[in-house]
Parts: sequence; structure tokens; C-alpha cells
Amino acid sequence: MTVTSTTSSTTNKVLPHPLNAWYVAGWDHEVTREPMSRRIANRPVVFYRTEDGKVVALADACWHRLAPLSKGKTVGKDGIQCPYHGIVYNSAGRCVSMPAQETINPSATVPSFPIVERHRYVWIWMGDPTLADPGLIPDMHQMSSDQWAGDGLTIHAGCNFQLVLDNLMDLTHEEFVHSSSIGQEELSESEFVTVREGNKVTVTRWMHNIDAPPFWLKNMRDKFPGFEGKVDRWQIINFEAPSTINIDVGVAKAGTGAPEGDRSQGVNGFVMNTITPETDRSSHYFWAFMRNYCLDSQLITTQLRDGVHGVFGEDEEMLMAQQAAIDANPDYEFYNLNIDAGGMWVRRILEAMLVAEGRLAASA
Amino acid sequence: MAATNIETWQSATVIEILPVAAGIARIVLEPSLPLEAEPGSHVDLMVDIAGEPAKRSYSVVETNDDGTRLVISVMKAPLSRGGSTFMHQLAVGQQLEMTQPLQNFPLRIGAQRYILLAGGIGITAIANMASVLKRLKADYTLVYAGRSRGAMAYLDELTALHGQRLEAHIDDEGSSLKVPDLIARADEGTELYMCGPIRLMDAVRRTWEESGLDAPNLRYETFGNSGWHDPEEFVVRVPKLNLEVLVPQGRSMLEALEDAGAEMMYDCRKGECGLCEVRVVALEGRIDHRDVFYSERQQRLSTKMNCCVSRAVTSSTGARSDAGDAGPAVITIEPN
Repeated sequence: MTVTSTTSSTTNKVLPHPLNAWYVAGWDHEVTREPMSRRIANRPVVFYRTEDGKVVALADACWHRLAPLSKGKTVGKDGIQCPYHGIVYNSAGRCVSMPAQETINPSATVPSFPIVERHRYVWIWMGDPTLADPGLIPDMHQMSSDQWAGDGLTIHAGCNFQLVLDNLMDLTHEEFVHSSSIGQEELSESEFVTVREGNKVTVTRWMHNIDAPPFWLKNMRDKFPGFEGKVDRWQIINFEAPSTINIDVGVAKAGTGAPEGDRSQGVNGFVMNTITPETDRSSHYFWAFMRNYCLDSQLITTQLRDGVHGVFGEDEEMLMAQQAAIDANPDYEFYNLNIDAGGMWVRRILEAMLVAEGRLAASA
Repeated sequence: MAATNIETWQSATVIEILPVAAGIARIVLEPSLPLEAEPGSHVDLMVDIAGEPAKRSYSVVETNDDGTRLVISVMKAPLSRGGSTFMHQLAVGQQLEMTQPLQNFPLRIGAQRYILLAGGIGITAIANMASVLKRLKADYTLVYAGRSRGAMAYLDELTALHGQRLEAHIDDEGSSLKVPDLIARADEGTELYMCGPIRLMDAVRRTWEESGLDAPNLRYETFGNSGWHDPEEFVVRVPKLNLEVLVPQGRSMLEALEDAGAEMMYDCRKGECGLCEVRVVALEGRIDHRDVFYSERQQRLSTKMNCCVSRAVTSSTGARSDAGDAGPAVITIEPN
């Protein structure tokens, strides 16, 4: 692998992505017996399920003439057939049948990628398969816990994955980008604390005794009908390498002890975000909003999903505009502010992963 | 990841060359574009045979993490085409043209059980797989077969590293490998990776197939450099091109035809792809099929051959001692 960058990742505007890491390839329901193509970390991959329901991920290019296997069909118990000359591969990516010869060429294989289904997602490891330890999959347990309810969607974000991480590691932008839903001026006025531990970063921000913005007022009234008054609001951003950010968010009736740990007089959600590089300038951004109240209300699940979808649409627009401006201004550098502390730690962690893979020269 | 079949050429400096077994040299190279080699990978490098450049493939025994030390091991084959002689005469400091590691023999991670089978110098392709499986705490057996202890490279190191998981079969100690016994230990969760002489690999392939095991779980690599019989000089006639060519011991039929000006179709040059197929019109002698392209049925028919690796031999048994004064073999072909 060539060294792709020599500048520090903390100022690098288009950051390469670690390969020795688990990324979400898709929602579990997206992968079926029908082959699906998706580009992950710059590589086209075909996904399908075997007859037994196991997810298979193979390079989406036939060994023979590189025709996309995703345009073919699943055959037998676990195979996929190239649509062009009929070569069949099994779930390990090995050719099991070749046209016009009685033997199978021993080189006839397509790369297969390690897969784990967890937290309603299909996780893929694009790097050295001997390092693919399922224990390294980020914790997103709220996605599949009976203590939490919710749903999410995928955003196809036209920007480098790091720009999405930057966006989520600093929620100051909510005041300006999301002024009609979750933004409020207390966001940029309040203190925040950034803590890095190993491959995790946490940014914590509390806003005391404030008016709930429209999104949160609605949520409070779902749990506490007719609620009026001030709230204490929190945002606790939890990053786990390479690109998962679970944000513990909520509001509670002001002064009822939420900052001290008693959240019973409030509503709590987790914004589950995990971002997968598609190319250097585009990303698959998987998100869900999980809540721990009114668990049996599908109405609230749908309302929250649609509401957050609208909010994230505002981010998407900003991120694409930012990527375009970055590309249009190649001679300009980033400047880093104190609000970027979380994102800067994320860059530092990713930089160390890239250096370990030999894909980024260590900064002096 | 790094696995590729695209040749990236670089220079490599010989930094160590040492004998590791009878007729086998361990050669440590320092590549100019270092890359860690995956298990199962090989490098192509340019050798010099009587002033002519020629390409040879050698399995990567190991690299260090950053790929700055790349180890190959070369057996000096008395009947070789000259590549191994060149390699054995290398001196420290000498520079070679070499590719970055290439991958045709990937080790799949995640099988329930592995049997790794190395015959003789084939250990070079297998050793790295064994160390990766050991690191991953996989269920594996390393089966290493050879003529004699002294001819088996790395036997002591591998014994120290793999302990009970290493099973050595040594002909002159009376512990020769019995292929049916080995294959009887494989089940549907077993993947077998092998590299060795073609007699061994053919026997394993046949037994594997007869046992009803899943064909894709038998993995092997061949560089097309071993046959059932010792290479002999033979004559090839091509009436269509009005050619009669003598194929010397150290040259392939494809090379000899190219030398004589025939425009031949070919690709892999190691008996895999089948593109160099020629039709056999007449034969005095017998064909030593060295390819993996034809089925046994097709090889028995001998109406076609892959001229990149397969040869003609004089006697009908293939053994030179049965040929008496006869020879050389003469094969008449029609090229594609």
C-alpha cells in the first residue's frame, strides 16, 4: 500500500480511511437473496444472503473479465453466478463451475470480506482479514435492545467521511443549521468538556434551565402530556473508532437532578450514527434515533425518524457545500477552533490507525 | 487489500544468501518498494539464463511487518531451465528486478479446520500460511513431506514453531505420506492448501474428488515446473508451419516453438489457463502432462496438450530407463 498522505490528519482536508476496521455496509434488511452492489472504502462489493440466511460479501467483479457479479443471480445453497459467462462462485469467493472446461482453474477466486451482523447492521472488514476481530465492532446496543425503540435511515453524503464526523463531534452548528428544530443560542454559549480514552472520545455539554426547542418540547409532551416550563438539556457525544458516534441527548424538567444522574423527569434519546466511506469524497451515513420512553408507539417512532431525517437533510446540504468549497479552494487550509476539540481527537485517532497500516506517514 | 495480480516491478537487493537444506538456498531480499506479503503470495523476478532475461516465480516464505526483508527459498534443480542455477549464484549486494508480492493462492480466514500440505520445496508457499493460522489460534495441521530430513528446508524451525501441529513424513525414514490416510481426515469443514510436486498434487486431487469432498475446499498453487517424469529432449513437428524443432531439456515446448519463430497463443505459462493448447496429431512416445487445466480423462486421451508446461517423453511408461536406445520422442502438433 502506498503512503497516501504526508500531512497531518488534523489539518488534512480529505482524510483517507483506515481499512483495518469494521464499517457498516448496510441495514440488515437491505441484504437479501437478490445481489446488491455497494461501494465500500473505494471498492465495489456485492452482498447477498445464502439459502441459510448468512450474509456474503464478495468483490463485485468477476475474476475472469471483471463483469459485476451484482448483475448476476444467486444460485444453489450459497453461490452467485456471473451474468456474463456463467462462472459460479461460492460464498467463500471460490469458483465452483467454469464454462467450457472440465476442471476448475485453481486461481479462480474473488476476494471475500469478513461480515458480522450486529445491531441491525451488516458490518464489513475491508482490510487484513487476519485482524478482523468481531470484538472490535463499536457498541451500538441501543439499536437492538428492548429498552429502546426507534428507527433510522441512510444518507448518501457527498463528502469525505471525516466531514460527517466533524459535524457530529461539534454540535455548536445546531444553532445555525437547525434553528427551527433543535437549535438554540444556549448551544454556543454553554461549556463543553472533551475527554479522549484510547479509541474513544466523549464531548459533554449541559445547558441548564433553558426553554426546550420545538423538537424537545414535543418529545417532553409525548411523555409528560401538557408539559410547560424550563428544562435541563444534555448532549453527550460518544465517538468510537473508526466512525461511530452515538449521541446521548435529552431534556428533563429543570432542576430535577438530571445532571446528577436522575433522568426520570425527562426524555432520553440516542442518535446512533455510523459513517462508512464510499469513496474519498462520498459516504454512506447510517443513522437511527432510539428513545427510552413510549416504547410501543410506532407513531412516535415514525415521527422521530421523519423529524430527524428533516434535520439531517440540513446537514447533508451543508456538508456537500463544504466539500465543494474544499475542492474549489485547494490552496486554503483548515483553521481549527476550540469547538473542534472532539473532531481533532477523532482525527488524531484515525491518523494513528492509518500510520499503523502504513498508509500515512507519521507527522513530525 | 494488498492482494493483487497486477505486477508492480521494483528493484531488490540481495542481503543474505544461505543454504537451508541440501540444494536449497534461503535468499533474503530488500525490495525498493517494500510491502508486507500475505500468506500464499509469490514474487516474479527476472533471472539471467545464458545472457537472456527470463521471468521466474518464487513463493514468499516470509516478510517482516513493513516488507523491507522478503525471504524466498530456491531449490537448485539439476534439470531446471536455468533459473535456479542463476539464483544459487547470487551474491550479497546484487540487484534484481522483482515484482511486489502477487497473490494467486490466498488463505481464507474462517474455515473450521485446515490441512496445510507441503511437498519438498512446496514448503515455501505453505510456511507463511501456517504461521498466520498459528497466530489466529486456528485448528490446523501442517503436513510436510520430503525425501530425507536433509532435503527439507526449515524442518527444525517449523517443528519448534508448530510442535504437535506439524506432521513430518520422510521417505528415507519409512514414514512416507499416505495420501488416502490424509484425505480420510478431511471433512466438509476442512480446507486443504497444498504446494508440492505434481505427482503428490495429482494424487491428492484424485483422492479428494473420489472422497466426494467439495472441490473448492482443495486449494493449490502450481508454477508448472514439475512433471511425472524427468524432462527429456524431444522433437516437435508442426506441419502447418513447416517446422521441426528440437525441445531441449531446459526449455519448454512453447519457448522452443517461439524461438523457432512460431507465433503462439498463451497466457499463464504455468499450465492453468489452457490458452496454449495445441492439438496432437501424431506421437512417438508419450505425453507428460504437467498442467492442471485438463481433467484426468482429457489427459488420458492425449489429443491435446498445454505446450507451456507439458512435454513428450520417449518410453510408453515415461521412465527413461524403459526407453533403451529409442528416442527422442517425436510429437506432431497443430497449433491453435
